[in-house]
Formats: sequence, C-alpha cells, structure tokens
Amino acid sequence: MSAAAAHDHGHHHKESFITKYIFSQDHKMIGKQFLVTAIIMAVVAVLLSVLFRIQLGWPGESNSALSFFLGDTWAPDGVLDRGMYLGLVTIHGTIMVFFVLTGGLSGTFSNLLIPLQLGARDMASGLLNMISYWLFFLSSVLMLYSLFVETGPAGGGWTIYPPLSIYEEATPSSGQGMTLWLLSMTIFVASSLLGSLNYIVTVLNLRTKGMKMTRMPLTIWAFFITAVIGVLSFPVLVSAVVLMLMDRTMGTSFYVNDAIQGGEILEQSGGSPILFEHLFWFLGHPEVYIVLLPALGLTSEIVSTNSRKPIFGYKAMILSILAIAFLSFIVWGHHMFITGMNPFLGGVFVFTTLLIAIPSAVKVFNYITTLWKGNIKYTPAMLFSVGLVSSFITGGITGIILADSALDIAVHDTYFVVAHFHVVMGLSAIFGMFAGVYHWFPKMYGKMMNSKLGMVHFWLTLISAYGVFFPMHFVGIGGAPRRYYDYSVYESFDTNQLEMFIDLNEIISIFAIVGALAQAIFIFNFFYSIRRGQKAVQNPWKGNTLEWTTPVEHIHGNWPGEIPTVHRWPYDYSKPGKEEDYCPQNVPLEEGEEEDH
Amino acid sequence: MGMKLIVLVVIVLAVIAVAQFMRVYELSSKLKGHKEEDIDLKTNNINAGMMMVFVAVFFASLLYMCYKYGNGMLPEAASAHGQDVDWLFNLNWIIVFAVFFACNFLLFYFAYKYSYHPDRKAYYFPHDNKLELVWTVVPAVALAFIIIFGLMTWNNITGKPSEDAVLVELYAKQFDFTARYSGEDNKLGYADYKLVNSDNVVNPLGVVTKGFIDSSVVKIERDIMSWQDKLDGVGEGTEILSAASEIKYQADIEKMGRIKERILTMEQAMGDSIYSMAEDDFTTKTTLFLIKDQEYQFIFRSQDVIHSAYFPHFRAQMNCVPGMRTKLKFTPIFTTAEMREKTGNPDFNFILLCNKICGAQHSMMNMAVHVGTAEEFEAWKADVNVSGVAYVVPRPEAEEVEEIAEDISADGNEDENEEDLDEDVQP
Repeated sequence: MSAAAAHDHGHHHKESFITKYIFSQDHKMIGKQFLVTAIIMAVVAVLLSVLFRIQLGWPGESNSALSFFLGDTWAPDGVLDRGMYLGLVTIHGTIMVFFVLTGGLSGTFSNLLIPLQLGARDMASGLLNMISYWLFFLSSVLMLYSLFVETGPAGGGWTIYPPLSIYEEATPSSGQGMTLWLLSMTIFVASSLLGSLNYIVTVLNLRTKGMKMTRMPLTIWAFFITAVIGVLSFPVLVSAVVLMLMDRTMGTSFYVNDAIQGGEILEQSGGSPILFEHLFWFLGHPEVYIVLLPALGLTSEIVSTNSRKPIFGYKAMILSILAIAFLSFIVWGHHMFITGMNPFLGGVFVFTTLLIAIPSAVKVFNYITTLWKGNIKYTPAMLFSVGLVSSFITGGITGIILADSALDIAVHDTYFVVAHFHVVMGLSAIFGMFAGVYHWFPKMYGKMMNSKLGMVHFWLTLISAYGVFFPMHFVGIGGAPRRYYDYSVYESFDTNQLEMFIDLNEIISIFAIVGALAQAIFIFNFFYSIRRGQKAVQNPWKGNTLEWTTPVEHIHGNWPGEIPTVHRWPYDYSKPGKEEDYCPQNVPLEEGEEEDH
Repeated sequence: MGMKLIVLVVIVLAVIAVAQFMRVYELSSKLKGHKEEDIDLKTNNINAGMMMVFVAVFFASLLYMCYKYGNGMLPEAASAHGQDVDWLFNLNWIIVFAVFFACNFLLFYFAYKYSYHPDRKAYYFPHDNKLELVWTVVPAVALAFIIIFGLMTWNNITGKPSEDAVLVELYAKQFDFTARYSGEDNKLGYADYKLVNSDNVVNPLGVVTKGFIDSSVVKIERDIMSWQDKLDGVGEGTEILSAASEIKYQADIEKMGRIKERILTMEQAMGDSIYSMAEDDFTTKTTLFLIKDQEYQFIFRSQDVIHSAYFPHFRAQMNCVPGMRTKLKFTPIFTTAEMREKTGNPDFNFILLCNKICGAQHSMMNMAVHVGTAEEFEAWKADVNVSGVAYVVPRPEAEEVEEIAEDISADGNEDENEEDLDEDVQP
C-alpha cells in the first residue's frame, strides 16, 4: 500500500491502493476493470461452448476433456449429461450476450472513451460508475456460481421461457440454478442502468467547448444511443424477471395458465407464457443493438483512422444509428411469429423488421465506400474492423429470411437462426471488441500490443469463426432444431439428412476448438503486453480524436492543464491542403478552411 | 495420472518456450528500432493479399457446400403452402446471394486494392448525397417486394381453413405428442386440464365428458379423504406426520377442494350436446396419419411447458402453449411412398419434432407422420383400433365410474390398476 501511495505524489488528493485499483472512481480504471472481468467471463463462455460442441461433433463418445471439466456428475464416463448440455448452452448464451457483449463491450469502451473523446475530466458521477462496475462484478460472480449448484445451472435456454423456467418439476435446473440466474440478471440490469444513465448525462452535459453533437465521433454517438436504448428496454426485463420470481415463489399466475407440473394440477389460471415472451423480447431485440451499435461505433472510428480517410456519410451514419435505435423497439414480435400471436400482428412485425435492413445497408455501403480510394494500414484493429463489416453483411442478409414470417415458419428455432445471430451479432460485436482493444490498448495501458501476434490472432479467428457458423446455415436449412443434444431421432426417418448433420457438426466442432485455442494468442498478447509491451507514444495511430491529446501516463482528470477546445469534426484525414494526413479536433480551422461534412 | 503429468509438463515447457521467444523478439525489435504501431509495407501487403485469398476461399467453400450438401437439404415441400414457401425462399435466396457476393467482394477487394502505399494520399471524400440516396432507395425498393410477396404468402398460410378441413388436435407434454382426431362429426370434444387427473379411466388429454367429470370428482374426493385420514391419524399403519407434511396435506386438501368446485362450476355450462362432440374422437401416440390432398386444421395444446410442433417437410411449425389453443392448417400433397421415390430413400418418413426447449429429453420428443390415401387411412384406423394402438375416447357412465371406484378402494391397489390401463393405451 505504501508503494502505491508513494506513486501518487503528484496529485492533490492521495489515492490508496484500494481507491486506485479496486474501488476506483476513475473512468479509465473502471473501463479496464470491465474489460478484464469480461475477458474472464468470455473465457468461461468459450470453454462451455467447446464442451457442448464436443458432444455435438462426436455425440455420445467418451471424451476426457468432458470428464476433466465436468466430473462424474455431469459427464459420467466422459459423456455429457443431457441436462447439463442444456445448462452449458444456456449459460454460454447468457454470459456472451450480457456479460461479454453488453457489460464487457459498452462497459469498457463507453467508460474509457466517452470522457476522453468528449473532453471531459471524468464521468458525470464517478461514484455511480464505480457502483455500476461492482454490481456487474457481483452479478458475474453469481452467474459463475450457478454453474456449481447441485441441480445444475439454469437450463431453459438464455431466453428462459416459462413455465419451463418456473417449475423445478418441469426440469431440475429450474430450481436453485434458475433462482441464481434471475438474481444475477436483476443485479446486472441495475449495473447496466447506472452505467447507461451516467453515459447519457455525460454526453449531454460534459462535452468540451466546441464539441457540438454534430462534431462527436461516431463512437460516442453509438455509445450514447446504446445507453438510451438500454435505459428504455432493460427495466422491462427486470419487470419480466420480477413477475417470474413472484410466479415461482408466491403462487401468482402472470405466466401460468391451466398447467400440470409433475403430475400435479396447478391452480394458477389466467396468465400467459406469451406475456413473458413479449416482455422478454421487448428487451431482447433492442439488446441486439445494444450489443451491435458500440461495435459499429468503434469500427467507424478505426476504419476511418486506418484508411486515412474521413468516414463516408457521417450524417447518414448518425441517422442510421437513430433509425436503427427507433426501429429496434418495434420489431420484437419477429421472435414470436409462431407462438400463436395474431397473424396480422405478425405481418406488422414483418414490415417493421425488414425496414431495419435499410439503415443497416446504408451503414455497410458507407463502410465500403470509406475503404474505397483509401490508404489502408493493416493494424490488428483494422483487420478486425474489416472482419466486422464482412460478418455484418453475411449475418445481416440472412436476417431477411428470418424476418419474413412465411419463411420463418420453416426455419424458426433451427440452426439457421443460431448461425444468423452468431454471425451478425456475435461475430460482429466480438470483432468490434477485439478491434477496440487492439486500437485503444495504448490508451488503456500505455503500452503497445504485439501486432504480429494480433494478425495471426485475426486470421485464425476469422477463418475459424466462419468455419463454425457458415456450415451451421446448412444444418439449419436441413431442418435441425437448435438446443438438441443429438440428432439420433433422424435415424428413424431420414438418413440422408442425418449424414449431413454428422459431417457438418464434426467440421463445426473442429473449427470451434481451433477458434477457441486461437484466443489463447490474444489472452497471452493482452496480459504480456500489459507487463512487457513496448511503451506507447501519445498518438500511435495518428488519430484525430481528443483521447490522443492526453498524456500516455494516466492522470486523474485526463488533461494536465486546460481541456482542449474542439474546432472541427473528427474525420479530417487526408484533407486537401494539409501537409499531414490527419488533423486533430483541437486544431483550429485555418483561414479560409471550411468545415466540410 | 501419468498422462496428466505429461500434459502439465508440456504446457509448462510451452509457456517457457513462448516466454523465451518473446524475449528474443523484444530484443531484436529494440535493436532494429521497430515500433509496434508502424506496420511495415511488406506485412501490410501480406495482409492485403490475404484479403483476396480469403474471399476466394470463402466463396469457393460456399459453392462447394452447396454442391456437396444440396442433397442433405430438406426435400421438396410436401404441403400445398410449402410449395409457395419454397418459391418465396428461392426468390429471397437470389437477393441474399447477390447481396452477399457483391458486398463481400467489394469489401475485400477494396481492402486489397487500397492498401497502404507511402506515395499515395487517400481521397478526401466525406459524403455524396446522390450516392447515399441511391443506396437508401434501392434496398427500400427491393425490400418492398420482399415484404409484399412475404405477406401474401403469410396471409395465405394463416388464413381461414376451408369448410372441409379436418380438425386434428396435437397435444404436447414432456416428452411426447398425442394426436386426437375429431372423428365423424369433425368436432373436437372440449378439453380441460383439470380432468387429466381422472380416476381409473385414462384421460390424458383432459377431454370433457360427463363420465370424465364424474370420475375426476370421485378421484378428488377420494384423495381428499385419504389425506384427511392421514391428518386425523386414522387407518392402518398410521405414521406420525411432520409439521411440514401436515401443512402440505392441509394445503392440498384445500386446493383440491377449490379445483373440485371449479370442475363442478364448469359442468353447469356443459350439456349432452357438448359431451357428444367427444364421443367419436380417437387418439394415437404412435403415428400421425394424414390423408393426401386433405386440408387439416391443427389445434395445438400443451400440458406443462411450451413445446413446438415442427413439421420440417411440410414447412410448418406452431408452438404448443400451456393454457392456450394455437392453430395452424396445411394440406399434405405427397404420400410417404411418393416422397420415398422423390428422395430415393426407401426409409424416408415424415416427422413431427419438438422444436422448443422443454427439458432434458427435448431432443427425443417426436412423432412419426405418415401420409397415405383415404382408403389407407380407414384401414389404419380400423387396425389401430383393433390393436389398441389408438383408442376411442371412452364414455364411462356415471354409475359405472362409482362402481369401479368402490371396487378399487376396496382393493386398495389403485396404482397398479392405473398402470394396467396405461399400458393398454400405449403398448
């Protein structure tokens, strides 16, 4: 502790080890805390997926990895237990969607970049920000703990549809495991709300002089709108969860109507499981954009910086973020075409859902045009950004099929859906997150990550990611339902298809294992570079945004003297008449120079 | 143990090797004055070249998979609306493939072509309203077509069934399906979940008849009586109850009393005309037998959790939701024999799968579907009736039920008796 205290002589208030590294209120430290927690959660989630991919690739075969990680209880003789299979799938999904791609992505980069890119000394409320992280930490611990309870973790899928998730009689994992899941998620939402409110207030109130809304980097626009979506939709999840807790413990019947569980007639009457689906997806669909928009925001910045070109159509990019955010609230029903929802309502959701393709298409075309006639430097961050645009295209267009209720009826809940959302949401967001880490690592740790390792990491990840999810489309169109332990039922009715499933599932699993191992390169590079990486310079990528005007060594308050004033938009790369191919936001306009965007 | 030790040693050695390698790398970059942020031209070009290699392999692998696994795709749709769905699929595939190839190609090609060169300066091109208008309007128009065609098909699928559609109920529970045919009158008898719990007659679907109502009430009364006996300490081999089980019995008595009241209230709304609808219904658990070119209106129910009835070959799917009746119609247009010919697979069968996670045995929940001619259906029906695979909803008379109930309580081995009856139904 004394060493840490000695370290901080330069500041007017002393920070102990605890206030600096643990209960820190500094946005940069909180961002790093989110990132490291998310990396740990991601490692767990990837491991879980490898375990169930082993079962899917080589169904029923004994495997020592399974018995090593799951023991005799969950993998007797090295064969995965059916209940645990569903538990692994459920927790993999939950961790990835909420803890890695929501908490990890928004938590890390909104915290790090909002004050730095806006020219603010810190978040509006450092205390709430700190509480937000610690609630996130607590919910992460609870979620991990639920893996170890006797009846297994929640196993009803990450969407926890009732009544399956309400009654222990329906499935044992709906006992303690589900209670922990609900508790963890409630705390998670509290964390997310505190974070989001903080981001919104900071963006609205703490912009430096000259930083008009139309001069904000697209990263900030994405984080800002993401926070707004989160504030409007996460409370609905909490209410859904609270109603479910009441159904579970107090005998209410919000989601239960005329059912029998474990041979016992239930008295609950008048509720509807479909109500839960409506509430869940009212969060669930905006959640997709909560995951996606920050990744797109980071990519906008990285693509522009590394192409040495302004992002094409800055205003169109903002408008499409706004359009996507608005539409994301009126499309949830496309998850429910075949729940017995009124078909006319289904038709309305087809319409609104397909509308989202328009702003998404605009974003894609704008990224491609930004590359056109650029002068592209392939840093690992840039590589991952190109990967993101590719996965956003590839995953986005299969959404056209799924948004069409007449087609969804044939492929709903098959592997086609799994492939679609993993590519468009999973890969895009995780690529965006990798890109962000490689790009802003110097800002976070004052060191450089190894770029060669980064490149190897990218190519292995891209190839294995498509190797996993591309064949899944075929499995899905072949009619393979998701969340199936194996496809042995096909033995009795169509061996042609069974052969394809066996073939492709093995290929998918091999790619999944290779892809998972490739992440070791990243983890190594990350932690190694924190300790021994090359020392960073102030503006390594020659970027325009304000975070590159702060000193490499972190100081409380970000800028040693005055906060810089902003004179231009953040994308003046290769502007004609300039000697350098970049021009930071705090450089005043020259005489006769126009701010052209 | 030995194996684990070896693995551990290998991992430790690997870590040491990597650490040493990194030291060498660090030293050499220091000597060369290499900076991580400067990507040298050669490395940059390798990455750019990889973009083209990747996109070529990417496209080739897609085409290869289409060629190799085209066979493993679902065969031609075997329902009338399924044919429309497939047509719509093909239309959408054309658009999807075109956009996929064009956008991915442009992305990777530009990524390759415009890689860094020290002599070049990037083109300052912040926006172009005309261009942006074009690529807002073009997708909008394409999507308008997709939406219009999609909704036309959707309305067709979900529209009202014709007058001669045959009603069939599919009842889901963990982990099987039961089909109930509406019989001659094409009317399904009412069903109520409270009647599943009938005494000594089998009523797994909770069909409402006078007999079933009476039998359920008898069962509830008898249960209440036996719990009361336990609470009062009456009867042979009385055990001393814990406080917890006392509370449980008390609660159960009250609850079942209320459920009995609900059943009796329900009975008042019923009458012979309603009971008669159930009389010719018959059910089966083994095979859903459908007649070619006959339109079917399916009613889906569930006993416990959400299930989903998924007919991949008919391009049809509908959730089975506890406490709700969901609907879907379709018309099979090929018999199983015709499909066997089409697929060239003599073992081909249609299937009904559960496609909503419903518990650990989810992937085992299914039902065979057979499509035949009307004559084959009659023969099958007669056959399953005889063999007891299916059974006609029984109609025990009220007095009969009471008699049997008395018999059973005299014997005191109702459980065994119930199992016997179960076996009769599901051999």
